[in-house]
Amino acid sequence: MSEAQIKNLEEMFEQRIANDEKIEPKDWMPEKYRKTHIRQISQHAHSEIIGMLPEGNWISRAPSLRRKVALLAKVQDEAGHGLYLYSACETLGISRDELYEQLHSGKAKYSSIFNYPTITWADIGAIGWLVDGAAIINQVPLCNTSYGPYARAMIRVCKEESFHQRQGYEIMMTLAKGTPEQKEMAQDALNRWWWPSMMMFGPTDDMSTHTEQSMKWKLKRKTNDELRQQFVDQTVPQADLLGLKMPDSDLKWNEEKGRYDFGEIDWDEFWQVVKGHGPCNKERMAARVNAWEEGEWVRDAAMEYAKKQEAKKLNKAV
Amino acid sequence: MEKNWPLWEVFVRSKNGLEHRHFGSLHAADAEMALENARDVYTRRSEGVSIWVVESKHITASNPENNGELFEPAQDKVYRHPTFYTLPDEVKHM
Ligand SMILES: [Fe+2]
Ligand SMILES: [Fe+2]
Ligand SMILES: [Fe+2]
Repeated sequence: MSEAQIKNLEEMFEQRIANDEKIEPKDWMPEKYRKTHIRQISQHAHSEIIGMLPEGNWISRAPSLRRKVALLAKVQDEAGHGLYLYSACETLGISRDELYEQLHSGKAKYSSIFNYPTITWADIGAIGWLVDGAAIINQVPLCNTSYGPYARAMIRVCKEESFHQRQGYEIMMTLAKGTPEQKEMAQDALNRWWWPSMMMFGPTDDMSTHTEQSMKWKLKRKTNDELRQQFVDQTVPQADLLGLKMPDSDLKWNEEKGRYDFGEIDWDEFWQVVKGHGPCNKERMAARVNAWEEGEWVRDAAMEYAKKQEAKKLNKAV
Repeated sequence: MEKNWPLWEVFVRSKNGLEHRHFGSLHAADAEMALENARDVYTRRSEGVSIWVVESKHITASNPENNGELFEPAQDKVYRHPTFYTLPDEVKHM
């Protein structure tokens, strides 16, 4: 194809997206569109998979059977989210093996929030409430994104997230209304998870690089700062209801603007964790790689069994 | 030995009376495992009453580049639609 032809195809492509048409796997697409989507969708898939680790830490120690079945179901959902997203990503012509390879070698990123430890039961409440809460705000606009398989995966994901957030908030509620020690535990979890949750929306708009292209392709519909503001505005009243205090002395209602003003995010911490120096980066990767490697003989055995069964069938037919 | 589990496409009937619809895909060693995995991945909240799985390599798909020759011929065959035929208003039930 000549350069002029490609240019023409690209223009038609952008026009289709602008007209709210969806792009499907076999459609022609610019290489940059394909690469950007592989990066974003796989990063999202990896986050769902690694996201199971901090919560998995508490499944065996959940305080009641009710809490345990809920947490188990939530963690299983996250595995499902990872699988929907991996399968959407594979439609772009990359194999599951390559995707795992990128995760395990550290070439691909996952959401930094999962590099923080879950040291008390209240952390499970805080994660459901804040981390899933922030994820929902990030994800809902993606149900309308331009790449069909991604949009369809996100619709399924979003349907399932609201239970995650509610179960988290219920845990916080129970603790906040419990003994002084329990309330303190809830407050401590909020103190530790609030700022990392705020970081989930990414760098501030003036620092964020590829927003314009992402907006065009509907990978983004609002800017990082707009989404973060939405998160603050909807979460602060929820904290008030719990009788817990946000760990931000600059946080106050701005009557004039009709929204909350809030303090400065520690971006040094953010970049430290992104670069691999968070409290649990190494632990998470080690757990993931270990699970993959230790599972190898099971995967091989299943494949061998499938082949034998197939051969048996053929023999019978002869 | 071929190491990787093959890819399967999953189709789910959400309730009797409706057709099976494509839900997504997954990896599994064989058809039986594909069905079990499909149950866990795609129907955790009673989304289905029946599942089909088919190994992705068995699906032949049309190429969007040929959409012109494949689908455009239908566009000028308006006589396949009831509104093509002019009838007086007095004719009822037609
Ligand atoms: Fe999720
Ligand atoms: Fe998510
Ligand atoms: Fe979730």
